[in-house]
Amino acid sequence: MNNPDIFLSASHIVKRYAEHTALNDVSIEVPRGKIFGLLGPNGAGKTTLIRIINRITAPDSGSVMFDGHEFAPSDVARIGYLPEERGLYKKMKVGEQAVYLARLKGLSKQEAKQRLQQWFERFDIMPWWDKKLEELSKGMQQKVQFIITVLHEPPLLIFDEPFSGFDPVNAELLKQEILELKRKGHTVIFSTHNMASVEDICDEMALINRSQVALSGNVAEVKERFRTGKYELVCTGGAAPLTDTEAYRVLSHTEADGVQHYLLHKADGLTNSELVALLAQQTEIRHFSEQLPSMHEIFLKCVQ
Amino acid sequence: MKNNTLIVIQREFMTRVSKKSFVLLTILMPFIFAALIVVPLWLSTIKDDAQRTVVVVDRTTHYLSAFKDDKSYRFVPAPAMLPEHRSDTTDVEAVVNIEGDLSKDPKAVKIYSRKEVSADLLSYVTNVLNEQVRRDKLSAYDVQGLDKIIEDVQSTLEVSTVKWNDEGEESSSNTGIAIAAGFLFTFMIYMFVMSYGGMVMQSVMEEKTNRIVELMVSSIKPFQLMMGKIVGVAMVGFVQLLIWGVMLAAILGICSVAFGLDAGAMAEAQGTMAAGAQGNMPAMDAADNEVLTALLNLPFAELGIMFVLYFVGGYLLYASFFAAVGASINAQEDSSQFIMPVVLIMVFGLYAAMYSVENTDGPLAFWASMFPLTSPIVMMVRIPFDVPLWQELLSLGLLYGTATLFVWISAKIYRVGILMYGKKPSLREMLKWLRYK
Repeated sequence: MNNPDIFLSASHIVKRYAEHTALNDVSIEVPRGKIFGLLGPNGAGKTTLIRIINRITAPDSGSVMFDGHEFAPSDVARIGYLPEERGLYKKMKVGEQAVYLARLKGLSKQEAKQRLQQWFERFDIMPWWDKKLEELSKGMQQKVQFIITVLHEPPLLIFDEPFSGFDPVNAELLKQEILELKRKGHTVIFSTHNMASVEDICDEMALINRSQVALSGNVAEVKERFRTGKYELVCTGGAAPLTDTEAYRVLSHTEADGVQHYLLHKADGLTNSELVALLAQQTEIRHFSEQLPSMHEIFLKCVQ
Repeated sequence: MKNNTLIVIQREFMTRVSKKSFVLLTILMPFIFAALIVVPLWLSTIKDDAQRTVVVVDRTTHYLSAFKDDKSYRFVPAPAMLPEHRSDTTDVEAVVNIEGDLSKDPKAVKIYSRKEVSADLLSYVTNVLNEQVRRDKLSAYDVQGLDKIIEDVQSTLEVSTVKWNDEGEESSSNTGIAIAAGFLFTFMIYMFVMSYGGMVMQSVMEEKTNRIVELMVSSIKPFQLMMGKIVGVAMVGFVQLLIWGVMLAAILGICSVAFGLDAGAMAEAQGTMAAGAQGNMPAMDAADNEVLTALLNLPFAELGIMFVLYFVGGYLLYASFFAAVGASINAQEDSSQFIMPVVLIMVFGLYAAMYSVENTDGPLAFWASMFPLTSPIVMMVRIPFDVPLWQELLSLGLLYGTATLFVWISAKIYRVGILMYGKKPSLREMLKWLRYK
């Protein structure tokens, strides 16, 4: 159980509320220094799991291991959390409340100020230090909230729907910051419905559906598991059209601008190389690619 | 982690104390208070200048001499009611029309006026005429030396109260002063518990509606956050009280100097009083000194200690309740359902306190000062009248026991409530929260 590569593991978590079971025997393992995607439709139990990892609520049964030891109250200072429901004190000055929240995470006043100044300069928002939060635009507030999340440099970061409400420019900025954090060795848990961003930045994932883990593992491996055996083939026109053989079936065929487009389904037990070799004999290949399912498709498949 | 509670206390305290409204209110309040006392006095002196004319039409001419001019009214005799008395340009306030012998026909008098007749004029006229009629009726019995008898009968009594202290010695007391002192403390507790309890609720709701609370509880235990708020706000209250106390003392000091009643003269006056030398002491000063000695005879140490104990206990009890309410609701409008019963209980406490003054050892006073929800309010009225120690201890024990229970229950509700958005929870749901892990 004490695998040093695993930063956080939750095993057999059960959480029941009066009317429903939010988590039913859920186990996840978050590898150290990786970005872990926590996926699932609304109401699946993601937020409950995140709250348990933040020690906001306690599970009815099950255990959490944090950085090699039993989860303890003092560990919350080593977690940075960006909740889905963003919010800060509207009437409080930006710098003041950032220092306050950092102190609650265990930083000293001086240290918090110093680090904040660096971040504010980096994001070019130093003039906002003495403004009240309500005077800032939404995007600015999001930036402040992000800085507050990472300021105490926690080894574990939890982002719940981090891109919601960000414009594309700031979303890209945030994405780069998250990747930068990973490069620095932080472990990141990333909860989202945005499947494209999972493919972009997540290494590992778990999909929670109806209070249980429906799917988990390395993102590439998961995609591999959901291979459909479909291939896209483009070849020069003129030749006789391909027909079904033992090695493949033709799912669709179109011809346009002197080029033929095929969607093929490969028979089991044939490698990609063998298929290409076979096709190369019959036609002039311009383009050949395996159609891996997108996370979006996998998500829908698992949830339905 | 304990440190975090301190950080919260510090923030709750600083954000409130550094508010302009707090600074202004704290500084101005003693002046407003002083103004509340001085301005009505001043206004009443202004009113005295405007002496109004009342015409007395007395067919019998017997009663005319009974009407004496005073600061408010000048009485002018007239032979009959004239049209100008009722014209709209008249400066006559009212006309008293006496048509016959009142000792035979009590209804033979009427007051006419263009306006509603003022209550003090009515009562003055009634008193004067009543007195005269009584004299007339008495003299009809033809008793010898009647005037002397009447004068003799009309002496007014003056009952002074003397309290035995623990050693059985006599010390002058003043029931009025004791009542006033009790009420002052009672109102202070009521005001502070209501306004500062409300502040705790505001603060909890602010965090909930701003959605910052999820971030907060990822750093700090909900119980610590709640207690940090409750304690932080209480500190604001104490600071405000302290400033008011100091300022009030200063203002009173300045006033007493301005009125030539400095402490030295007081002590001297008291010395002469004690020596029994009443000679050239003006009556006013003597009365002042009686008030002063009565004030000094109040159990100040007991009052002070009990005030702090009941203040803290009562505040803890109500503030934790307010915190739980603030955590459970999503909008200010929803709070009334929970606040109403509390206000009712508090107002009941105030009334109980008022009636307890009449009988400070009666059953109402006793039970209301034991019941933890009203005891902080009611007990303060009783303390100037010497409450048995066992009652004080029992009442305090009940109060602190209940306060602890309230804090415990509120912490459970608070913890779940702050993360619940959406519809307003029912009381049953809130009870369910108590069982959540």
